[in-house]
Amino acid sequence: MAYSLDKIAVDELFSKWGEDYLIYGPTLIKNTGRLSDTDSVRYDEVKSIDDLELNLKSDYSFKDVILPISEVLFYYNEDGMMVPKQKHNGAIIFLRSCDLHALDRLDQMFMENGKPDFYYTRLRENLKFVLIPCSKSFENCFCVSMNSNVTKNYDLTIEEINGEYVFESKDEYFTKFFSGSKELDYTVPYVKENDIKVEHVEKINNLAITKSEMWREYDSRCIACGRCTLVCPTCTCWTMQDIHYGDNQKAGERRRVQASCMVDNFDRVAGGHVYREKNGDRMRYKALHKISDHRERYGVDMCIGCGRCDDICPEYISFSTILNKIAKESE
Amino acid sequence: MITNEYLPFSSKVLKVTKHTPMEHTYTMEFAGAKDVVPGQFFELSLPKYGEAPISVSGIGENSVDLTVRSIGVVTDELFKYEAGRHLYIRGPYGNGFIADDYKDSELLVIAGGTGVSPVKAIIDYFGNHNDEVKSMSIITGFKSKDDQLFREDFKRWGKQMNVTLTFDRGDETKENIGLVTKYIPSVKVNNFDDAKAIVVGPPIMMKFAVKGLIERGYKEENIWISHERRMSCGLGKCGHCRVNSTYICLDGPVFNYTVGKDLID
Repeated sequence: MAYSLDKIAVDELFSKWGEDYLIYGPTLIKNTGRLSDTDSVRYDEVKSIDDLELNLKSDYSFKDVILPISEVLFYYNEDGMMVPKQKHNGAIIFLRSCDLHALDRLDQMFMENGKPDFYYTRLRENLKFVLIPCSKSFENCFCVSMNSNVTKNYDLTIEEINGEYVFESKDEYFTKFFSGSKELDYTVPYVKENDIKVEHVEKINNLAITKSEMWREYDSRCIACGRCTLVCPTCTCWTMQDIHYGDNQKAGERRRVQASCMVDNFDRVAGGHVYREKNGDRMRYKALHKISDHRERYGVDMCIGCGRCDDICPEYISFSTILNKIAKESE
Repeated sequence: MITNEYLPFSSKVLKVTKHTPMEHTYTMEFAGAKDVVPGQFFELSLPKYGEAPISVSGIGENSVDLTVRSIGVVTDELFKYEAGRHLYIRGPYGNGFIADDYKDSELLVIAGGTGVSPVKAIIDYFGNHNDEVKSMSIITGFKSKDDQLFREDFKRWGKQMNVTLTFDRGDETKENIGLVTKYIPSVKVNNFDDAKAIVVGPPIMMKFAVKGLIERGYKEENIWISHERRMSCGLGKCGHCRVNSTYICLDGPVFNYTVGKDLID
């Protein structure tokens, strides 16, 4: 059922939801864009509808809500270790269709790859997802090619139409807040076509694609900054990091911090051996993981076609172009 | 409630065996030792310094041996530990070498340098259970006599199996000098249907040792290798050890060569 509310009523809802949940959503932050005088859209806690940015694509994904950039695993001192309390007991997250598909990939990594992850699972337990539908494709998106343009796995949707906010609820918790609100007929829009299309390859010959000359372009073009993996909603890699507190050498914390396969030392083993020296080879490692390598293990591509990696790349490398090159090389 | 696999547990250092100034074996108290499989690994966990994946090099009644080369922040700190102190470990992780895979075979183990460590427990096993294999040979290589590990174990192995010990450099009149691959042609094989081999060492050594074995007549499906990769967790979560669709920590580190040969970093 769909309901239409004015801004004041929506803000009342936000404050009621805020009693039960932390509310996270995309927010516009002025003058933090990658070029001067441009803005960026990042995830943060929101208190009111005014805090939410519903019209732009977020530059960073929602993933740090459940996979913080830096997360304390435990505090230690001479006597032992202590696991910190979880950051929230439940959260409402505003996101787009592709992001909801990305959530499946995060779940695969943290709940199905080996035993379930203690820290991820406890943050994942009580989440509600509010879909921000896309009525049209943004720049660099190729969600239709990656089958992530449509989703049914939301609890609620929100769309601004003529100054009012239209909600469709599939969840008991949300529905109860709309009793007495104006009802209307509403169909959740979705993107039917992107400017960018990506060719799918069912079976990739790893040996042949590894030997391809296509990667050499990225040896110099890619500067291995790791921005693409930082913004990617499906990139999950992390590294253990221990720190101690100032002059007390015996107390500190062990954290996991986000890592990137594009950055030096990701694959460096004791003794100094590195498996992928060239940036082009790192690009191949990442690109194949995003499609065939993940698909072989979980039956779906990892990439959800949000194009955030292209939006953020300082070298204007296009990931969709890479995927299409792989398809061409595999013919 | 899901178990927090990241919390290491305290373990007492029972014994420190110093093979070389750079390589020591730490015999660690571990009640679950009987379920540990040769070739598995533990995360050595020293708060403030970090963690390092270390292969099991020996399995006792209530202990496991971890052979460590002092080569990084964690392992350098470890070398300050003497017997009697406690430190943190977690594990065991990975699949390991399953003894049943090698039963009734003519087994050959080829290992180089610290690569001997992950295969040591399987060598021990078949050394002590000689009746379970048709024959047992090992070819092991170290840089020089000074770099040799497990000197005491080699004495015992010498009585239990055919041992070839070779060094990259040294006195040719006193010891074997040359790479492990040099000795593959002289391994006695009665029937290649029964001939099985385990190869562990630096990537380049594994590549040429496997090539030598295949040229000799060993079947690909009868060769096993063990891979080393960077790891943060050992639990299939951190992503560092992934190669193609394989996670070395979960699916390995031991692979049959028919699977392991297709892994491209």
